[in-house]
Formats: sequence, C-alpha cells, structure tokens
Amino acid sequence: MEINWIALSVFIFFFALVTVLGFAASRWHGGGTKGGGGDLHEWGLGGRQFGTWITWFLLGGDLYTAYTVSPVPAAMFGAGAFGFFALPYASIAYPFMFIVMPLLWQRAHKAGYVTSADFVFGHYGSRWLEFAIALTGVVATMPYIALQLVGMEVVIKGLGLTGELPLAAAFVVLALYTYSAGLRAPALIAFVKDLMIYIVVIVAVVLVPAKLGGYGAVFSAAGEAFHAKGATLVLKPAQQLPYATLAFGSALALFMYPHSMTGVFAAKSADAVRKNAILLPAYSFLLGFIALMGYMAYAAHVKVATNNDVVPALFNTLFPSWFTGFAFAAIGIGALVPAAVMSIGAANLFTRNFWKPYVNTNVTPQGEAKVAKMVSLLVKVGALACILFLPTKFALDLQLLGGVWILQTFPSVVFGLFGRWYRAPALLAGWASGLVFGSWMALADGTKPVHTYLIGGEGYTIYTGLAALALNIVVATVIQLVLGQRGAGSTSSAKAANAA
Amino acid sequence: MRILLLLPFIGLLLTPLYNAETPALFGFPFFYWYQLVWVPLTSLLIWIVYKSEKNKGDE
Repeated sequence: MEINWIALSVFIFFFALVTVLGFAASRWHGGGTKGGGGDLHEWGLGGRQFGTWITWFLLGGDLYTAYTVSPVPAAMFGAGAFGFFALPYASIAYPFMFIVMPLLWQRAHKAGYVTSADFVFGHYGSRWLEFAIALTGVVATMPYIALQLVGMEVVIKGLGLTGELPLAAAFVVLALYTYSAGLRAPALIAFVKDLMIYIVVIVAVVLVPAKLGGYGAVFSAAGEAFHAKGATLVLKPAQQLPYATLAFGSALALFMYPHSMTGVFAAKSADAVRKNAILLPAYSFLLGFIALMGYMAYAAHVKVATNNDVVPALFNTLFPSWFTGFAFAAIGIGALVPAAVMSIGAANLFTRNFWKPYVNTNVTPQGEAKVAKMVSLLVKVGALACILFLPTKFALDLQLLGGVWILQTFPSVVFGLFGRWYRAPALLAGWASGLVFGSWMALADGTKPVHTYLIGGEGYTIYTGLAALALNIVVATVIQLVLGQRGAGSTSSAKAANAA
Repeated sequence: MRILLLLPFIGLLLTPLYNAETPALFGFPFFYWYQLVWVPLTSLLIWIVYKSEKNKGDE
C-alpha cells in the first residue's frame, strides 16, 4: 500500500496539536496553582473539579474508545445484526449510571477515595477484599490499554505506514504528557477528539448513504451479502439470548472499570454525574451509526483482508485524502484519551491499594502522586510491549476475560452502596467463585464470550460474565446467611481502619 | 418515578419485541431504527426522573 501523503500530513497536524494540548494541560483548570506540590487528587483526578461539560467530553472520550470505533463496525460487517448489541448495551448502561454512580461519587467525595477499591476498604474494612477488587481492576485494564494500540495500529496502517515505529512514537508521546499533566491531559484532549469524531460521523452518516443511494440501498446491499451466507439482517432465534445477555452484562460491567470510575470520581458534584447519565447517550446514538458503517462497506463494495480494516477501507474508498486523514486522526486520537485514562486508573489503584497498604504505609499525598506517575509509565510500556511482542489475539482474549472478571467486582462495589448486609468474607467468596467459574467457562469454549447451558434438555446460550455474576451473588448470599453475625467483626475493624 | 428507568431494560432486553425487518423506516429495518430510537428515549426517561427528583428536593 502506498503512503497517502495528504492524509498523513493532516493526521500529523492533528496529532501535533493534541500533543501540545497534552503538555499544556498541566496548567489548565487550576493545575498550576498548587505549584510543584501536586498530590494524587490533582494528578489522578484532575483536582476533582470537572463540571458537567468537561465530564461529558472526558467520559465520552473515555468510554467510546478507538477500540469501539473499529471493531463494532467490523463485527457488523462480519456477524451482521449480532454486532449491534453494542447499541442496547450503550443505552441501558445509563439508567444504571444514574442510580448508582452518584451514590459512589458521594462516598468517594466525603472520604477522599480515589479508586473503587478505596471505597471497598472503607466500607467493609477488609484488606483482602480491597486487594481482590484492585487486582481485578488492574488486570482487566491492562489488555484494554493494549487494544487501544490495536485501534491506532489500524489507522496507521490505513495511512500506508508500515513498521512499528510510528505506533511506538505515538505511545511514548502519550506516556510523557500523561506523566506530566495527569488526568487533565486526556480531559483537554477529549474536547478535540470528541469534536473530530462527531464531525467525522455526521459527515459519514449524511454523505456515505448519499453516495451509495440512501440507507435503503445500504441495508439491501448488506442484506444480500448476508442472505448469500444463509443469514438475514435480524437475529437468528439462537442468537437472541446471547444478544440480550451480552448487552445486559456489558452494561453492568462498564462502570466497574477503573477508567470509568476515574472519570466519575473526577466530577465536581453528584449532580454533574447525574446530568452525564442524561447527556452521554448522545455518544451512543453516534455509536449506532458508526456500527452501520459495517453495512455501508457492503454497499461500497469494499474489499478487506481482515474485518478490522473495514472502516479505514471505507474512508479510503469514498473520501478525499484530506478528509480521510482527518477521520484517521480522530480515530487515532480516540485511542489516546482512553489509553491515558486507563493507565491513570490502573496507576491510582496500584498506588492506593497496593503501594500504600503493603510497601509504604506512611506515603505522603505527594509521594502517592510520584508513585502513580511512574506506574502510569510502566503500564503503558507494558501495553506497548504486549502489542509488539505478543500476538494480538492474546490481548483480545485477555480483554474478553477482563470483562468477565471486572463484572465480578459488581456485588462488592454496588451492594455496599445500598446497605451493610453483605460482609467481606461472603463477597470475597462470591468474587472468587465468579472468577473461577467465568474463566473456566470462557476458556472451555476457546475463549468465547458466551456459553451454552443445558437445562432440562434445552440449550440456553448466555454471556459468561453474567452467568458468573449470578453464581457470584448466589455464593455471597448463601455464605452471608450461613455466617450471619459472625462476619460482623469486619465492621468494627472498618471503623478502626477509617479512624487510623 | 424511578420505575420509568426499568423501561429501557424491558424494551431492549426482550429481543422478540423487535427482532423483525418490518416495518422499515427511512430504509432502516425495524430492528435497527427501534434500537436507535431507544437511545434518545432512554435519555428522556432519565431526564424526567432527574427533574422529578430535583423538584421534590431529594438530596
């Protein structure tokens, strides 16, 4: 493939722009006022003062990752209607966010928590449970960061560049400004990224069907292609339960991820979090149309080697070079924001829930920020090495398992917001059984997200994360009933720990 | 009012409600436009709950 010089120049221009913004961000929004004495609240949560709009851009840029923009249309292109499960998922996540996340924000705000594991330790007083939640968060995030790189690799390849140097260079730049500016960097860059993505998608949504003869033509071209494969544009009967359970389970998992928590905790008020539950679906609407690009590719007769290349190929076919460069820059920058927030979220967990309790209990708030900055660098280098030296399938499989795992933190985090009945030993047992069962089921089928269970001779195929969560809750409930008040000792230790 | 927030779950998780190609709208098969319509509808429902809680002075 030849290098597309015009597209490449536009790409480099926007990349340079966000790099400047990334470094300048350390002085943005009160960042410079504290001088050199920044603590972890400053670096890791941007000073906890982002209002509704900044939070909207940050969370929007953070949740709808580059890994969304390429694989969702790729899934539509390859699997048809089933790939659309991302849309109901991205709708029902928000009623959940509206009810749950403001409560968590309030607890975090009152007690100065930086991570979900901070809340878990504060609420249950168990170092074991805190460790379990933090470890799950870090492990689930690592492959997710690596996949942002995959998203970026796709557009770099689309520009005609080969080799791993461009990807490594982009990531080093990202690592450096995240190190210096913390969460303020992705928050500021998210403005640029989200505006670019909105422009690209709106243009694509209007112009692509116009060039291809309207949405009717798009759907009939896709329909013909799927009819040839013996499928239709709707779900097969056997796909309905996997579709619904994947949407439901993924929606419950979304806000358990450290990068979602970080975006929520950085908000200025619980009201800003609530308003974001109302406003964030705007991105979901966009996601629906991004997904349909997978069908537009059929109408445009795009030929690709792998499904993941479908969006770059569609743009290369239909748009002038400069706009292709703009679109690729939007997707590439789209990888930077979540990668930055994810590495900050993982670094916050490491610092607060591993370093502080086990390595240096007397670490100062400034010391915490120093540790977190170093860890954010290490996390990114690790992700880069993972992509450069291991097969991509490894990261993909791990990310899928990560989704199953992160869902197992749900009872500990969410139930704790609504009462004190469940205690740490029961929740820990539930977490462990969900983790083991979920990994086993996922790996049993060659790392697939769904598993078929035979109940009374009928096969029910459901999302493994959700099945594992059900087991997790049952185990936690049964053990809590058995232990009864004997688990209550942890509350007094929680108070002692909070007082200390 | 919070009961309204259950509607998106019902409308979107019961796939037999919408797993059909017709009626189509602007060229979109039912399956697709139905789920797209639920996005702003979900937003609207959350807004209604938000407003009602704000007026009651919850919090």
